[in-house]
Amino acid sequence: MLKDITLGQYFPGSSLVHKLDPRVKFILLFCFITALLMARHPLTYAGVLVYLVSAIAVSRVKPKALMKGLRPMLFIIIFTALLNMFYTPGEPLVSFWVFKISAEGIQRAVFMALRLLMLISATFMLTYTTSPIALSDALARLLSPLAKLRVPVHEFAMMMTIALRFIPTIIEETDKIMSAQKARGADFETGNLFRRAKALIPLLVPLFVSAFRRADDLAVAMECRCYRGGEGRTRLKQLHMTGKDTLTLLGSLLLLSGVTVLGRLGWFLP
Amino acid sequence: MLEARQITYIYGAGTPFEIKALDGADFSVSAGEFAGVIGHTGSGKSTLIQHLNGLLKPHGGQVLLEGRDIWDKGNKMRNVRFAVGLVFQYPEYQLFEETVEKDIAFGPKAMGLSEIEISERTAEAMELVGLDKSIAAKSPFDLSGGQKRRAAIAGVIAMRPKVLVLDEPTAGLDPSGRREIMSLLSAYRKQSGAAVVLVTHSMEDIARAADSLTVLSRSKTVARGSLNEVFHNRETLTQIGLDVPAVTRVLLRLRSLGLDVDTEAYTLEDAIESLSRLRAGNHPVAAETTSPPVGGTPPQEENKRGLTFNSPLGRGGRESDGVVSC
Ligand SMILES: Nc1ncnc2c1ncn2[C@@H]1O[C@H](COP(=O)(O)OP(=O)(O)OP(=O)(O)O)[C@@H](O)[C@H]1O
Ligand SMILES: [Mg+2]
Repeated sequence: MLKDITLGQYFPGSSLVHKLDPRVKFILLFCFITALLMARHPLTYAGVLVYLVSAIAVSRVKPKALMKGLRPMLFIIIFTALLNMFYTPGEPLVSFWVFKISAEGIQRAVFMALRLLMLISATFMLTYTTSPIALSDALARLLSPLAKLRVPVHEFAMMMTIALRFIPTIIEETDKIMSAQKARGADFETGNLFRRAKALIPLLVPLFVSAFRRADDLAVAMECRCYRGGEGRTRLKQLHMTGKDTLTLLGSLLLLSGVTVLGRLGWFLP
Repeated sequence: MLEARQITYIYGAGTPFEIKALDGADFSVSAGEFAGVIGHTGSGKSTLIQHLNGLLKPHGGQVLLEGRDIWDKGNKMRNVRFAVGLVFQYPEYQLFEETVEKDIAFGPKAMGLSEIEISERTAEAMELVGLDKSIAAKSPFDLSGGQKRRAAIAGVIAMRPKVLVLDEPTAGLDPSGRREIMSLLSAYRKQSGAAVVLVTHSMEDIARAADSLTVLSRSKTVARGSLNEVFHNRETLTQIGLDVPAVTRVLLRLRSLGLDVDTEAYTLEDAIESLSRLRAGNHPVAAETTSPPVGGTPPQEENKRGLTFNSPLGRGGRESDGVVSC
């Protein structure tokens, strides 16, 4: 059941999207979100939607997997859409009690829902097609100029890599300890909030103990391999921008800025 | 008593990471029986036994406890958990209470027993696993590895399950620790009359303690039955890279050399007895044993070790490990 958490989950594959330089993917996600937030005109919405859908199609990420990731967010999306629907001023089409629904309201609600859906899907696309290690690597490289300002970029990246690396391990461990305690009659599922919180003790204590043990082991292992911080550290897997990466980057930037600018212009025209 | 029929289980069903851990595996244990489960790493042993107390729900097949499907509606799963006690691999990592005593009492407490009954069972379980009363008030984290393991086993024994299932309880222990665990299991079975299911990699442990044996390979049950039934079918075992116990290999070798020995001996003691019976009776080609056989195979090594060092039914033989294949 814990395995169902798709937080930052990675689905390996060999599509163009998977093989893209993770830095490029980061930049594209950033540009995509910018374009999305700047969108006013239906044309821009259509443009970014087509862009996202084709990216999903190329990546061969199953829509089902995407849906699974979206499900927990569905409540927020619907809630936001409803708020927008009822609170957008305009000529009411239907009205009952204190609620008034206007054409503008419906349009706002649809766009708002679409915007959130696309925002979340695009983020998931990044984490679904990029391994956690590649992600933190890319982030470290993109942020490396900050090191000049004494921002501990390397330490930050290392912490993130380790955290990401150990999420599955700890989930597995949680599963295991939970099973072991269930075998002894522990009950994690029933009772009021207080009882449930108390029921977590047999799970949390062993989990913390083992997390500390693991951290200790890892520190020793790192020291044994002469880890001494980021200075002068080289990488096993260098990130290289290939022709495909550059092409995708330029093409996407052109497309996204194109629809944004066109949409903006369209907004000022009647 | 407890039976698993045609269990199929898939980890990560519906994701790209599907792993079929079990594919129609069978298992059964009758009341009071000592059943062994053996198989290579990744063959699905741990997965199978987690079905026995309903921790995993099979994607196919059923688990019957006293003739009743444990997944039937109206069946209280917690009662199944109390009837089938499961000790996980490395159970010491599940200890959490302030004192050893409290930790062992966790199971009985969950069963809703009275204070008196709980402390009685705790004391009994501690004695059974050989933990001294003086450590009852100690923190479980201050115990040695072997003591922790025994405390964890006591935590399950204290629930007095009708079937005690253990996943490699001797993993990572030294020979004397292993021996202690194995003898406490036999003692527990004798005292309580409960059935014991032991998952292990050691053919010797099985030979010494078990009545029946289930062999798993690649998610399937490939052999099942009494020790005699399984060991008679040596080809099945060797095909999947296992073999009969080392002493039995020696006896089989002796027989192939023309000595009329009883090859249904699986422990050192039985083998010695079988050989001494031979000495008492007729000894047709006794000279064969001392003449070096062609090739000088490993069984011959075992043979020497067994016969020269262990005549007074010693402990040495128990340390030999059955997984060595030749
Ligand atoms: N929680 C899990 N999630 C995904 N796959 C798993 C999980 N547990 C086990 N598996 C897989 O299922 C298969 C069977 O594993 P299992 O633990 O049952 O083997 P085993 O016979 O107990 O091995 P071992 O002797 O090493 O303990 C293996 O291929 C393993 O990788
Ligand atoms: Mg196992």
